[in-house]
Amino acid sequence: MALLEVRDLAVRFVRRGEPTVAAVDGVSFDVPAGRTVGLVGESGCGKSVTSLAVMGLLPRDGTEVSGSVVLDGTELLGLSRREWDRRRGSEMSMVFQDPLTSLNPVVPLGIQVSEVMERHRGMSRRVATREAESLLDRVGIPDPRRRLREYSHQLSGGMRQRALIAMALACRPRLLIADEPTTALDVTIQAQILSLLRELVAETGTALVLITHDLGVVAGMCDEVNVLYAGRIVECADRHALFAAPRHPYTAGLLESVPRLDTPRGQRLAPIAGSVEDNIPWSVGCAFSPRCASALPVCSERSPAVETVGPGRLLRCHNPLDTDVGNTESSHD
Amino acid sequence: MLPGTRRGRRLDELAESTPTTTAGVSLAASAWRRLRRNPTFLVGAGIIAAFALLALVSPLLAAHDPALRLLEDQVSRADNRIPAPQPGFPLGGDQYGRPLLSRLLIGSQQTLLVALTATVLGLGGGLTLGILAGAFGGWVDTLVMRVVDVLLSVPSLLLAVSIGALFQQQSRFTVIIAVATVQIPVFGRLLRGTMLAQRASDHVLAARALGVPERSVVFRHMLPNALGPVVVQATLMLAVAIIDAAALSFLGLGSADTSTPEWGQMLGSAQDFFDTHPQLAFWPAGCIIVVALGFTLVGESLREALDPKKRR
Amino acid sequence: MTEPTPSPARRPEAAPPPEHTGDALVELDEVCVHYPIRRGVVFDRTVGWVYAVDGVSLRIERGRTYGLVGESGCGKSTLGKALLRLERPTSGSIRFDGIELSDMSGRRLRRMRRRMQMVFQDTLSSLDPRQSVESLLVEALRAHGLDEGSESTDRLLRELLSAVGLPAGALRGYPHEFSGGQRQRIGIARALAVRPELVVADEPVSALDVSVQAQVLNVLRDLQERFGLTYLVIAHDLAVVRHVADRVGVMYLGVLVEESDSDVLYERPMHPYTRALLSAVPVPDPEVEDRRERILLPGDLPSPAAPPSGCRFHTRCPWSRPGVCDVERPSLRDVGGGHLVACHYAESIERGRSPAESG
Repeated sequence: MALLEVRDLAVRFVRRGEPTVAAVDGVSFDVPAGRTVGLVGESGCGKSVTSLAVMGLLPRDGTEVSGSVVLDGTELLGLSRREWDRRRGSEMSMVFQDPLTSLNPVVPLGIQVSEVMERHRGMSRRVATREAESLLDRVGIPDPRRRLREYSHQLSGGMRQRALIAMALACRPRLLIADEPTTALDVTIQAQILSLLRELVAETGTALVLITHDLGVVAGMCDEVNVLYAGRIVECADRHALFAAPRHPYTAGLLESVPRLDTPRGQRLAPIAGSVEDNIPWSVGCAFSPRCASALPVCSERSPAVETVGPGRLLRCHNPLDTDVGNTESSHD
Repeated sequence: MLPGTRRGRRLDELAESTPTTTAGVSLAASAWRRLRRNPTFLVGAGIIAAFALLALVSPLLAAHDPALRLLEDQVSRADNRIPAPQPGFPLGGDQYGRPLLSRLLIGSQQTLLVALTATVLGLGGGLTLGILAGAFGGWVDTLVMRVVDVLLSVPSLLLAVSIGALFQQQSRFTVIIAVATVQIPVFGRLLRGTMLAQRASDHVLAARALGVPERSVVFRHMLPNALGPVVVQATLMLAVAIIDAAALSFLGLGSADTSTPEWGQMLGSAQDFFDTHPQLAFWPAGCIIVVALGFTLVGESLREALDPKKRR
Repeated sequence: MTEPTPSPARRPEAAPPPEHTGDALVELDEVCVHYPIRRGVVFDRTVGWVYAVDGVSLRIERGRTYGLVGESGCGKSTLGKALLRLERPTSGSIRFDGIELSDMSGRRLRRMRRRMQMVFQDTLSSLDPRQSVESLLVEALRAHGLDEGSESTDRLLRELLSAVGLPAGALRGYPHEFSGGQRQRIGIARALAVRPELVVADEPVSALDVSVQAQVLNVLRDLQERFGLTYLVIAHDLAVVRHVADRVGVMYLGVLVEESDSDVLYERPMHPYTRALLSAVPVPDPEVEDRRERILLPGDLPSPAAPPSGCRFHTRCPWSRPGVCDVERPSLRDVGGGHLVACHYAESIERGRSPAESG
């Protein structure tokens, strides 16, 4: 049994006088301990809303969450506020995109880190501070004793993100959700943070949910990848299989449209037409069909269902791209 | 056909079919669309409209001349008696036997006029200072802002009283000047801040990069975008102006001539009768509060509507 | 679909063209942009300087694309703005088509702006929210007296929009009504309205969704072919720069550390910083990702207000040698075929000296 099991998760935003928005619709995925699962998609695809729903961080007013989120055998949806609070920070933690706004600017870093441990692990202030120091050291912050007394504005972006990861790890959570953890950072700093996350998963057996728009980050980090479009998972596969032979036209389109370091220069990119705003509702047909180069008439008339197309491989498409199984094999050489 | 060109064509069709690109809704229009549905705005606007209408037609509505002591025979200094409500005088009379309702009605004109004139003057002065400081920057900015800071450091009512006291003769004009002077630094500081934010914004840089003349950059790109918060502030300041003007009149810095009534002045002259005849203070004070509330509601809902973060 | 390639770049067929062949549209010589740090209660005084750009020389040939890469705070955007004279350079010379711009001002400078334009990163904030697309475009024309009668202007606007792939109906829209990709097309149309020769594109696609980036990059390329434009593309994304640029310069803390023809730079990066940068860019291919060697740089970018002595990169460089790198500032030197590197040990590092030998 996987550590985190999400089944048919749906999040709807209900506002008075406005049409209901289905931000996430029927999302299911598993995250086993010690594995990294990616949620990939563009702005508005529902990847961040999914993570907030799993963490129980969506505002209670105006949102309807349905489905099931099971962490280590316990159903989380429907828990009381206190129960959520007890689990957040101890059993599951989250790292956000913007490290500056995620830290409290008026409280020294050390207090912020040790506070979590005092609350969830019942440590004394003195023990917690010592633990915080070793945590900062662990995430690669030089001179941690001095840093503990500093405020968030005194740290660089990379240091702040490390501090946030330290806070998220303070109670040795079994599930870590990282929402675009490196998007605000420079490439060389991104490389540092990603290698830190990689080490953590390997050493502590934490389950990691990595949310990103960057396919390059996914390729280097995730064991399994879920591609989201307009609130639904359109393709799910092992990363090797996904990148070697994407079957959903959206996944393929994403891969073809990004310039890469290793493709011949001057080759014209093949972009996906339109923008994410050009969707049709899933209730009518495939949301991607207006932008899809291989759309059939049926795509705009009937909503495609999820099908299992291989071991651990799911697809939601009426007209998937052909796959060459041999190609998938040969790429492993 | 190449897949690229096919996709390109699809894109054009898509763009063509997007309804928003042909609608052309400006910022002001979309703000107005949101305002229209906002109950806060509707209540506030309703209050203001009602009082503005009242002020306009008050000469017709007022049954009596507010300066005439029609009920003087019912006033008695000795046993502290003033005219009670009676047929033809729904609110009775004041301490001189003048008709209270008619005084309130005519007073609305004066009060709104004073507040409006003062705010317009204050806005004008503030805009000038703000544009100077925001558009030129450098030492002009430093100089203007130090003056503004000094003015802002004095409590506004104290400043207004001091300015009012400078004049030899107390008149309505004194009140207007005093209230306007208090408002100038508020508007100036605000506009300077928003202008500086615009100066640093990409679209102003873009206009410069295009080679748009500097004057055009300031008046076409910076000022219109910087005005939003100032408009909101002006609405809120109208409420403050009404209260400040009333306070000055109450303190006796307004017009000494009581034949043309004004709410603040009515409130001031009612202070001797607070314990025995609270209605003399209640009516003008109530009117001041309700009108000020109306402007505040409109101001707050404008602020919300113009907030670019809430734009859709 | 995509065949995984063992090395991040392939070997170019032809030798790189020799240096200084074409005619230069832009020549920068030792350009510096230093910002004063001011502090004060009543009146500000200068307490220090931020060395945003500190002596950059480069030339951009007519009709070509120069890519400027570097991380945040390296001064690449400031350099772009200085080139357009949106920033005043502290010293150095900026020549556009042989005309010295660095001391130009007022009306003459405004007229020069017609020939050089800018495309911005933030598509929403770079378009005045109160102006319709039509008035944004007309303003550009009017600023240079290019609107000759409503009929010809109208035709021109329609041509512009179709060149960037927008329908004519977009003219009546306002910026906030468009998607990010469409807004960037509007920004490009505005820059092109005055028929410039040079376009400086500062992070033209980094704010856009992945699937839309390619659309905008293709538009930029088509326009270059059609109008013979010269581009300076500033970006932090090395893959984007590699895709568009003929020649690439890498900036670190206000200076150029390496410059070369694009194919050469990506295939044979010589400066340690460039090598680390290239090794840090994630490639959307698990096979490449699992196999590649990563050079992890320790620490953060130093502050441009207090740049390190000697080679500015020595505080993070795995190959740095004390007594040399922290003392002597390396100058940009030609290591062959117009490949310029500012590193004392570029050759020995390339031959395979390991970081450990730096001891």
